[in-house]
Amino acid sequence: MSDDLIPSGAAPAPVLDIRGLQVATQSSPAKPILKGIDFAIAPGETLCLVGESGSGKSVTSLAVMGLLPKGSLKAVGGRIELEGDSLLEASPTRLRDLRASRMAMIFQEPMTALNPLMRVGEQIEEVLVMHQRGLSARQRRDRVLDMLDQVQLPDIERVHASWPHQLSGGQRQRIMIAMALVLEPKLLIADEPTTALDVTTQKQILKLIKQLQERHGTSVLFITHDMGVVADIADRVCVMRHGEVVETQPIDALLRRPTTDYTRQLLTAVPSLRPRASREVADREIVLEAIELEKRYGQASRWARLAGKASAQTLAASDINFALTRGRTLGIVGESGSGKSTVARCVMRMIEPTGGGVRVMGKDIASLGRAALKPHRKRIQMIFQDPFRSLNPRLTIGTSLIEGPVNYGTPREQALARAAELLELVGLPKDALARYPHQFSGGQRQRIAIARALAMEPDVLVADEAVSALDVSVQAQVLGLLDDIQRRLGVAVLFITHDLRVAAQICDEVMVMQKGVVVEYGPASRVLGAPEHAYTRSLMLAAPGRHWDFAGFRPLKSVFEETSPVTATAR
Amino acid sequence: MSLTSPHASPGAAVAKPSRRRLRWLPRQRPGWAVIVAAVCLALIVIVAILAPWLAPHGPLEMSPANRLKPPGEAYWLGSDAYGRDLLSRVLYGARVSLMVGIGSALISVVVGLPLGILAGFFRGLDAVIMRVMDGLMAIPSVLLAIAIVSLVSANLWTVMAAITIPEIPRVVRLVRSVVLSAREEPYVEAAVSLGSSLFTVMWRHLMPNTLAPLIVMSTYICASAILTEAILSFLGAGIGTETPTWGNIMAEGRTYFLIKPSLIFWPGILLSVCILSINLLGDAARDRLDPRLQKRGAAQ
Repeated sequence: MSDDLIPSGAAPAPVLDIRGLQVATQSSPAKPILKGIDFAIAPGETLCLVGESGSGKSVTSLAVMGLLPKGSLKAVGGRIELEGDSLLEASPTRLRDLRASRMAMIFQEPMTALNPLMRVGEQIEEVLVMHQRGLSARQRRDRVLDMLDQVQLPDIERVHASWPHQLSGGQRQRIMIAMALVLEPKLLIADEPTTALDVTTQKQILKLIKQLQERHGTSVLFITHDMGVVADIADRVCVMRHGEVVETQPIDALLRRPTTDYTRQLLTAVPSLRPRASREVADREIVLEAIELEKRYGQASRWARLAGKASAQTLAASDINFALTRGRTLGIVGESGSGKSTVARCVMRMIEPTGGGVRVMGKDIASLGRAALKPHRKRIQMIFQDPFRSLNPRLTIGTSLIEGPVNYGTPREQALARAAELLELVGLPKDALARYPHQFSGGQRQRIAIARALAMEPDVLVADEAVSALDVSVQAQVLGLLDDIQRRLGVAVLFITHDLRVAAQICDEVMVMQKGVVVEYGPASRVLGAPEHAYTRSLMLAAPGRHWDFAGFRPLKSVFEETSPVTATAR
Repeated sequence: MSLTSPHASPGAAVAKPSRRRLRWLPRQRPGWAVIVAAVCLALIVIVAILAPWLAPHGPLEMSPANRLKPPGEAYWLGSDAYGRDLLSRVLYGARVSLMVGIGSALISVVVGLPLGILAGFFRGLDAVIMRVMDGLMAIPSVLLAIAIVSLVSANLWTVMAAITIPEIPRVVRLVRSVVLSAREEPYVEAAVSLGSSLFTVMWRHLMPNTLAPLIVMSTYICASAILTEAILSFLGAGIGTETPTWGNIMAEGRTYFLIKPSLIFWPGILLSVCILSINLLGDAARDRLDPRLQKRGAAQ
């Protein structure tokens, strides 16, 4: 963290100055979304806007860009000044000129932010065509190639002529950054630009933004919910909640001495990267076992084989072996495309494994038919990632909860009584039975999904990114609930996650996957505490904010370092 | 810290904005055009049901002495070339039109919905069902009707069959596309892992997703069936003249068009109002059931 970027007492005029900004819905009665926001960004500074979902951080960025959805949101008070220009009073034409030339934005989803029907080089050139009329085609092309070089894309001539779908997520985000910075704007707004990316890619992108910022002296308004990212890149932090700024402080002060309870709460909710102390093995009964499990996609069809064509197969997972004992948690960790979800879905028999075996309570279910599978299906239940989609929106909570037990012959009344008990177990009121999913928040829905899985009295819970869609404080609650349930009911958990912090907090054993194969498997304390495989190490090193102990409000000293020898020191 | 008491948070009481729920109850007042359309359609339905009591004369009651009378005391809308009361005939004609419209819409949904769900759910069946549907789609309904009528006599059922058969593929395609996307929802996978039977998964978890677009689609089918029936009757390939329909009233009136245009005008205007009303109500239903389309205007 370069301290010289923090504005000193005699600060230069801010690039962006927001005073008392109020945004409200245009419905009647108008509902306030932003209730008077104040902050300023100095030249060359990175200000992180942090908050949980619904805090208004994205609305703030849209208001600055003049992109509030017409007809539903409107700025009703306050001022936004970009280098002295009042943005709220600017005409649409003026705003369009300012966008790209003096302020630019990059979005969360690089997949949808690019036009799929235009080569990426042309898309960047389009910005120049719109805003810098005097350039010749040759000059424009040179500028774009220079920009692609600056965002460190390989083989820039080829990338220039590529379509968006030919590039990876990280490369697309680099294109977005190139497009945003090609006119050298004074202000770059980044709205969760790395949330959709893998950690290693995220690290590269964050580094790139920092480098470009230093080279061009750009100010950055960085919106994120990830405290780790904040700790890595922010100069100052502005914490938002319910449309209000709770606290604005330089990063170091905020992490060491948060002044408000809310910030303190946010920071303590960040799971530590240090694996938790391993629990003793109470029970050695193996409830779930995978033996040389394999899933190939694109099995060659009979016709292709007859025609002697080479089959274009993808090995999504191969040679997966693990054993999960009662009451323990096994984490499968990896980046997108590592095959971790494939394993989970094979184990659940949502997809058919193409080889190997899955034993649930000693019985191989990998090749059972539909009917034979049914009695074993209830032994293993799943919790899904997106709590907004995993409950049928048209059924009451009660109906959803009793569906499973009723399928297995439990009388309705008895199942309903049990459902009410389960709701209490997961911390929801009994009257939730008669309500519909849309009446609950994401965290509450995830509790309901857990209750639904538990209604089957399973031996194994498979949680596929079960807390990834939740805010960090809610995430802490749900993880606490899972832990509590595991202790009380002795259920084993197969926990699939990309988040090493979560894995460190909940797992007893960890299996790290990369490109469909297991690269490391062992107790969490060893795999995450002293990783042996180069890939695990690179994952750990890429974890944002790994030098900081958020809950302890102090920097961490003894996380293993990039330079430390690979040899097992902490065995 | 409130981290351990989830239901103390206000979120338990405050409903989040619903993303997917059907809003059956009108939130804002519907536009005047929709109200007018609803009133018109309601009137047409009522007079069709009450035709035997409302009609001043029998629809087939001929009176050679009173041919082509102008509107007056005895014949409110005048009489036709056989001295039959035009008003009575138009009222009875509404019955056939509405029956054909509603019947075709119902039958095509009843047949198309299960086929569509099966096609969307089972990949093997999909290939078979959809190729058959492609074949059916290629048949123009008017030609099919003429073919059927030339084979068997034309009555309400053959006309309805002729109109319905080419509509079924459209319903199947719609349902299939909805099912294809809905089956990827995690709650469907959750139902599978809860041990629900395939029928439960299809009926309880997939089918309700198709209802909103189906309601909208069936209004369009209803309107187009009424129109097709009128065209068939007008061409003489429809229901025989012993049953008055708007189409065959117009067909008969065509001969006297120059001396008595009202023979075409009244059934024509009712037909137009009826179809316009149904389409307007269909658009309104679509806007209400599918909020994504609300801003794109009513053009289909």
